[in-house]
Amino acid sequence: MFNSVSALPGAFSAGAATVSEAGLVGMVTLKADLTDKKVAAAVFEVGGAKIPGQRCIEIAPAGAIAWMAPDEVLIVCSHADAPGVVADLDAKLTGTHHLAVNVSDARVVFDIQGPGAREILAKLAPVDLHPDSFQPGELRRTRIAQVAAAFWMTGDDAFRLVTFRSVAQYAFDVLAMSAKPGGEVRYF
Amino acid sequence: MSTRLGTGGRLIDRTHKLNFSFNGKRLKGFAGDTLAAALMAENQMLVGRSFKYHRPRGIVAAGAEEPNALMNMGRGAKFEPNQRATTTELCEGLTAASQNHWPSLEYDIGALNQYAARVLPAGFYYKTFIHPRPFWKHVFEPIIRQSAGLGQAPKDRDSDRYEHFHADVDVLIIGGGVAGLQSAVIAGRAGARVLLLEQTAHWGGRAPVDGVEVDGQAADIWINNTVQALEAMPNVRLRARCMGAGVYDHGSVLAYERLTDHAPQTDAPRHRLWKIRAHQIITATGAIERPLSFAGNDIPGVMLAAAIRDYVVNYAVSPGDRTVIVTNNDDAYRTAIALHHAGLMVPCIVDARPTATGALPEQARALGIPVKTGTAIAKVKGGKRVTGVALCQQAGEGSVTEEIACDAVGMSGGWSPVVHLWSHCGGKLNWEDQGQFFRPDPARAPISHDGNAFVSAVGSADGHMLTQAVFDSAAAIGTEIATRLGRKVATEPVNVTGPQEQPLVPVWVMPQGAPVEARSKMWLDFQNDVKVSDVQLAAREGYESVEHTKRYTTLGMATDQGKLSNINGLAILANELNARIPEVGTTTFRPPYTPISMGAIAGEARGDIFQPLRRTPLHDWHEDHGAHWEPVGHWRRPYCFPRGEETHAQAVAREIKATRTSLGLLDASTLGKIVVKGPDAGRFMDMLYTNMMSTLQPGKCRYGLMCSENGFLMDDGVVARIDEDTFLCHTTTGGADRIHAHMEDWLQCEWWDWKVFTANITEQWAQIAVVGPNARKLLQKLGGGMDLSASALPFMGWAEGKIGDFDARVFRISFSGELSFEVAVPASQGRAFWDALHAAGAEFNATPYGTEALHVMRAEKGFIMIGDETDGTVIPQDLGLGWAISKKKDDYLGKRAQERAHMIDPARWKLVGLETLDGSVLPDGCYAVAEGVNANGQRNTQGRVTSTYHSPTLSKGIAIGLVLHGPDRMGEIIEFNKVDGGVIRTRIVSPVFYDPEGEKQNV
Repeated sequence: MFNSVSALPGAFSAGAATVSEAGLVGMVTLKADLTDKKVAAAVFEVGGAKIPGQRCIEIAPAGAIAWMAPDEVLIVCSHADAPGVVADLDAKLTGTHHLAVNVSDARVVFDIQGPGAREILAKLAPVDLHPDSFQPGELRRTRIAQVAAAFWMTGDDAFRLVTFRSVAQYAFDVLAMSAKPGGEVRYF
Repeated sequence: MSTRLGTGGRLIDRTHKLNFSFNGKRLKGFAGDTLAAALMAENQMLVGRSFKYHRPRGIVAAGAEEPNALMNMGRGAKFEPNQRATTTELCEGLTAASQNHWPSLEYDIGALNQYAARVLPAGFYYKTFIHPRPFWKHVFEPIIRQSAGLGQAPKDRDSDRYEHFHADVDVLIIGGGVAGLQSAVIAGRAGARVLLLEQTAHWGGRAPVDGVEVDGQAADIWINNTVQALEAMPNVRLRARCMGAGVYDHGSVLAYERLTDHAPQTDAPRHRLWKIRAHQIITATGAIERPLSFAGNDIPGVMLAAAIRDYVVNYAVSPGDRTVIVTNNDDAYRTAIALHHAGLMVPCIVDARPTATGALPEQARALGIPVKTGTAIAKVKGGKRVTGVALCQQAGEGSVTEEIACDAVGMSGGWSPVVHLWSHCGGKLNWEDQGQFFRPDPARAPISHDGNAFVSAVGSADGHMLTQAVFDSAAAIGTEIATRLGRKVATEPVNVTGPQEQPLVPVWVMPQGAPVEARSKMWLDFQNDVKVSDVQLAAREGYESVEHTKRYTTLGMATDQGKLSNINGLAILANELNARIPEVGTTTFRPPYTPISMGAIAGEARGDIFQPLRRTPLHDWHEDHGAHWEPVGHWRRPYCFPRGEETHAQAVAREIKATRTSLGLLDASTLGKIVVKGPDAGRFMDMLYTNMMSTLQPGKCRYGLMCSENGFLMDDGVVARIDEDTFLCHTTTGGADRIHAHMEDWLQCEWWDWKVFTANITEQWAQIAVVGPNARKLLQKLGGGMDLSASALPFMGWAEGKIGDFDARVFRISFSGELSFEVAVPASQGRAFWDALHAAGAEFNATPYGTEALHVMRAEKGFIMIGDETDGTVIPQDLGLGWAISKKKDDYLGKRAQERAHMIDPARWKLVGLETLDGSVLPDGCYAVAEGVNANGQRNTQGRVTSTYHSPTLSKGIAIGLVLHGPDRMGEIIEFNKVDGGVIRTRIVSPVFYDPEGEKQNV
């Protein structure tokens, strides 16, 4: 039997905050009419939380539901569960126009933790990361430096960031560079 | 001579000596000095040569407006040209060198230019282009290239790091003088999120130097208390050494923070570029003093009066033992008084006004300083240093009344508000007669997305030149901003004590009737060597627009962008055109306020992270196995895998041979994969592709073409039908994002009511092409239970199942002409699957191949490649792909365009194969020549090569290309050109060189 591997297993850097690759995470893109009650029910039953508001994330017992676009959510789950999530959504939404697709392996996930976490992201993303504006429950689908990314908070001074697998090294490098000692902004 | 005073200096620390060097000379200064202050303290007033005439130039200003003291700073990997000595904080070991001189600053051969000034008038540069014609190339250009230019370009790679930072605020205040501080207090107390920026290392601006008292205390005390109060506010942030560089649409602002320029050995980013979003912006950017135009006003030792005050008070630096002040206003008297208090001699104050009876002139007189009203400087005496001034009547033509020995001159022509940041995003200006300056017009402020003003000017940036008025305006603007943000604010009055000032009298030329010889020695723009006579000449030659005059004379260009010269130049131009100054108007104020470093703009994007590099799940394997990389978009794909001493061509040949005879493995993960799903998916696919896709059966694949609205072929690839509602579109590697955006564009903008969803899942899958006669054997050997037989999975079919333990989608498609399975497994399984293929494939000599082998094999089969056979002007019909264009469909993107006359022209060049008679390889991009020449005398052409390779399979050169009437000319011999002028005789053949019946792929 073989091992499934994430993009940068074990990648870790310490600085104003730690940056570490989170390993394999399950992710399912669901595109559908999010105002449709049947869709909301399916998401709740399969994903374990309600459909989040714009630019928000709902934490579920075994993952999260992240707002991606007016007609798109990302269901975060365990890597092994993702194919089942797709199958369950397809089953529950038979006859309802939707697209559910496993994107777990198209992504890489990083955890950014520490007192400098906000600043590290504010160096790279055009996002208002002021504590008055950005707290757990918020999510931004944006960019870090030159690549697309989405992130949300998993606790105080702790962020989880998702970007594309192919640019995992680049994303890790820009995050680690931004966390390098000496670059503290002390703004927030 | 200029020197350090024995006492004083509010910004320097005399206990902390610093060593630095200027042009190799070892000099000393104090912590807190600017480089300019330290140079003056060491009597180094001469700091550079002028741009055009190479005249000796000294320090003029004390801040960002400095035109002359530009330095080549640092060495090697820390070298940077054109750095202003006046804004450079001195640090231990600083290395500076002056610019634009040869062989040395003291003896510059280029200074001969000034004697040739008569032949270097305004617009000289442009005139040389015109007449006499050959002179530009052979005479002027070599001379100008030798003599012009400021700093040197750095030669080494910059050793520093840089970064960006994004901040969102309610109120951004640019400028940390008293106006900015007071505005911050008001906005801060109102509870707004406030960011206050100051370009220098010090808060409070000019107020302490000007001796202002606030609420009965010295300005310094009020400033310190206020900064402390602001630092204690959780909603306020202060940033020194951070310049507001540019104001853009919708409250977007760039700021330039210099973190380690003053401490270059620190392991920290050197500069940080702030990208700020502000609901409201307050520009508290102060004002800049104007020079006066008199003969010899550029001789080292002539300085702005306020700058002299700055050097004396802030750095305890005397510009000279005897300083003459020349002015048209009361403010300059402060300099005379400051010099007097420092124990220095002011032989006289030359005041062009008929009378001077304000509080400051009276104070000067009381100190025993002679005040000569109605008087002007006829000329400054001296060469590399002021030795004296000749005086005359301001009202006359310059007859000298007396001469006064001095070694410095402090000049003041009044003050101009710094309106740059107000103006960047469209803020308009009014002319103010009393102060003779442009000031922001609050009725025509920069407007944001909601139609409301988002920039306000405050303090002297708004034309309030007296400190009480500065505080009053801060209170008014602070309150207004808070109101705009829906916040309540209580302001406490601030009382300022200071002398009242009498109005200035405009003086644009001194004396007012100066003859042309004198006007040719009156510098307006020190940096670009533009004189009063140059602007007057431009006006006489018909340059009425100030923007044209700027370009023609170079007034206000280069690194200082005319911070000292603009208003004086406008006034001269207006006078010459017999117009009022506001009718002439200003040139456009563009960001940045002062130059910012390239490093700050680049931010983190350098070295390994200059650009994102996309890696497939197999990237590390390729790297470990010696892949020679080819960039494909942001991806890196192996071009070939050379072994040992192999050349690339030998490696490619080996890879092709192995693939055609046994087994090749290709990493095809970069190919775009887009899911299209929904009840209207078939209809959508029929519009996207030229062929009929809606009839494709689940389990089957079809090659398809995608055209732009204009009919041109933009992408191709194999479509697999997953189920009734779902298609999987393969795109080219470079096309994945572009085609996905193209789909969404049509879906969102045009066919928004169609029920179709798309998702780009390119990176979800590692896709490996298993190619060659042994391909099926290898996959069967891995097991897993899928039936991969020709009957169960025929050519152009696909199936899902297990290959070994791997979750696989297997597509029986071929881009090589061999038996081929493209196997997609989830990316997390990709590397293990690749390893498994190699392990099991060893007995078949499984050989990884790269993009070049892929290209050659597809060319052998006559398959087109987007980007080779297409270039944005080619339609499918040109490529013999008519079979892939449905005749049954009413419409598809590009259909109408392909019916236009030019598209159905039978003379369009069409795709054929090309075979040289001698077996050689046609050069890339060569043309088929035809008889005769065109209107430009160029040889006529009748076709061109689009792909050309050596085919290891056929042991000869093969090519495909587009040829006039090509498909009708099979067997004909035509000629292709070579770079050396010769031609290659080439036969037109079928583009399918290898296995034309397709027997090999269909087994």
